[in-house]
This record gives sequence, structure tokens and C-alpha cells, in this order.
Amino acid sequence: MITVKNLTFHYRGKNHLYRDFSLHIERGGIYGLLGSNGIGKSTLLKLMCGLLSPDAGEVNLFGRRSRTRSVELLSDIFLVPEEFELPKVTLGEFVRLTTPFYPSFDHSFLAEALRRFEVGMDEEFHSMSMGQRKKAYIAFAMAAKTSLLLLDEPTNGLDITSKATFRSLLAEWATPERTAIISTHQVREVANMFDHIVIIDHKGLVVDSSVYEISERLKFSVESSADGALYSQSTLGGYATVRENVDGSESNPDIELLFGAATTAREEIIRILNPSTNH
Amino acid sequence: MDFGTNKPIYLHIYDIVAERIISGLWHEGDRVPSVRELAAELQVNPNTVMRAYDALQQGGLIAPTRGIGYFVAEGAAARALEESRREFVENELSQLFRRMDALGFTPEEITKLYSNYKTNSTNENK
Repeated sequence: MITVKNLTFHYRGKNHLYRDFSLHIERGGIYGLLGSNGIGKSTLLKLMCGLLSPDAGEVNLFGRRSRTRSVELLSDIFLVPEEFELPKVTLGEFVRLTTPFYPSFDHSFLAEALRRFEVGMDEEFHSMSMGQRKKAYIAFAMAAKTSLLLLDEPTNGLDITSKATFRSLLAEWATPERTAIISTHQVREVANMFDHIVIIDHKGLVVDSSVYEISERLKFSVESSADGALYSQSTLGGYATVRENVDGSESNPDIELLFGAATTAREEIIRILNPSTNH
Repeated sequence: MDFGTNKPIYLHIYDIVAERIISGLWHEGDRVPSVRELAAELQVNPNTVMRAYDALQQGGLIAPTRGIGYFVAEGAAARALEESRREFVENELSQLFRRMDALGFTPEEITKLYSNYKTNSTNENK
């Protein structure tokens, strides 16, 4: 569905964010895109939907260059940036003006999402709080029912109950035909929603595996000793550890620990998870 | 929902469904919520619920309907109860026994404490 091939990119006057970077994303599923601050996650989302041009290499969406930004392409993708500007209109007017661009727009999904987020159709974007505005836009983005939904830090600024509502709505939104890519630092808030984890660092791709593959190949457990662990964090009752899964045990991947391991034991994680592409 | 321990989430979901069947919240023959409905309720990935439903089907607790979806299988409550009892003995009780030994409890002491608990809980229910 998305093919990033030998991507090279830098902002003018800045160091390269990507050099010969490749990544393939299949249709269907909820992807977690993780990486440290400034590594280029938001940039990658913008490159994917064609808001930025690569210096070299290609970003293809549905088999076409995303940079062409054709009407067909744009009507089937939606990006919710971390921060955004909205016109000085009510949500209702915004819906009336912009839904014609989204042929799959689901008005009943929108109504249900707004009800649960407690956002009114007749509210002006500019009189909404930051959190309300974010909920309104996320609700709209999901209701657009595009094949690709890109969410940059969607839970930032949402209150506790809204975060739960967001997860619940995302579960209803997901189908085998739709793909969501969620870039986030708030891993714990959305970890149970992911099908697939992508972790990038300054050298490129470190993790590109389904949660199922991760639980098959790595073992996450709380132990009294962290000896020989790939990564560990001190916790109540011992150490939360990540090790290679050699005894075929089933554990729930702790994405925060995985991220720690990908940072401190990069090459071993690549070897164990054996991602399709690495640099 | 916070699933706590390191057990895979699909097994937590298995337990949640088994518990609902044992408690009678879901009756035999009832339609089970769709994968998407339960995923939305529990705030987990729908594919995780699908894995749990596959395991529940293999365990004979739910069965597919002719159309789309699942219903609670015949004899599911008894099966789920038996399974839970076995798991309780294997996991929780054996852990409890170890702890009792470590703290020097005798079987008589424990029997007495448990009898007291039963008497109190019966009185509370009256």
C-alpha cells in the first residue's frame, strides 16, 4: 500500500533525516510509528501523503507517487498533524464544506464519535479548547473512512476519558481494508491497539514487525534479576526485562521496553526480529 | 483497560469471556458480541479479539453461527468452570500453598480461617 524506496530527505540547512531509507506498509492494520524526538516521524508522515518531496528515492501510495497529490489520492488519505489550523467556521459548516471531497464519508460514524467525545456540531473551532478541537478533527478524520489514516500524536491534549473513547473508536474504525499509522511517544496509551510496530532511529529502520512476531521472538517478563537481558527497567517486584524468546513462551510485548531495547541493543534486536529491510 | 501481567492480551480476553459465561452474563445459545464490538468495549485491536475468539472456539466455549459471528456453545458454562477450577488449582492455589508454607501456617489454621470466612459471608448474604 505504501512503499518508501531508497528515500533521502533533508530540510534546507539541516542534516539529513533519511538516507536511502526503505519501508513497506501493507494494506490493513494499525501501525505504531515510534522514534526519539527529532528523528523524523512527522516528516515521514508528510512524505507519505505527499506534503513533502523526497530529495531522492520514491514514496508510493496505492502504486502512485504520493507527491502527485491527485484528487483520487487525496480523497483516500487523511493526515491529522500534531498541531493544526482550522478555518473560522463551526464544525457543522466544516462538515458541509469538506465532506464532498471524501466519497466514503460516514456521517453516522461522525455523529456517534462526536456524541462520545462530547463535541457539538454547532461549535466554532475557534471557541473550542485545544482538546475539543483535536477531538473534533480526529472524529472527522476517522469518519472520512479513508484507506489511509495518518495520526501524529493523536492522544496529546486529550483528557483521560477521551483517550479511552479514542481507542474504542479506533477499534470500530479498523477493517482489513483500512490502514492507520500512529506516530506517538505516548506508547502506553495506545499499545493495545497496534498490529505492527515500526521503530526508526538516526541510522534507519530498527523494528518492522507485527506484534505477533515480536511476542514470538522476544520474551517480556518481570524477574528478580536482569542478568543477560537485552534491556531492563527496575519495577515493583524486580526488573521488567526483554530477552530473546528461546523457550517458546507467550508474553505480552511491552512496547516501551521494546523501544528501550531497540535503543540500547539495536543490532541484537535487528538480528532477532530480522526486519525485511535494515540499514 | 489495563491488563497488568505479562500474559498476552488475547488470553486475558479469553478469561474475560469465560468469566462472563460462568457468571451467566452470557447464556448458552446467546449471540456473542462481534469482534469489533468487543474490541471497542475493551479498547484493543480487533485482531487481538479475533485471536481470542479462535482460541475460545477451539476450547469449545463459543461456536460460529451459520451467518457471521459466534454464539455461546452448548455446555460452555460447565466447560469454562471446569477449566477455571483447574487453572486455579494449578496457578493460584499452588502459589498460595507455597506462601502458606513459607509463613508456617498449618492446614488446621487455614481450615479454621476458611470456615470463619464462609460463616461470615453467609451471614452477610442473609
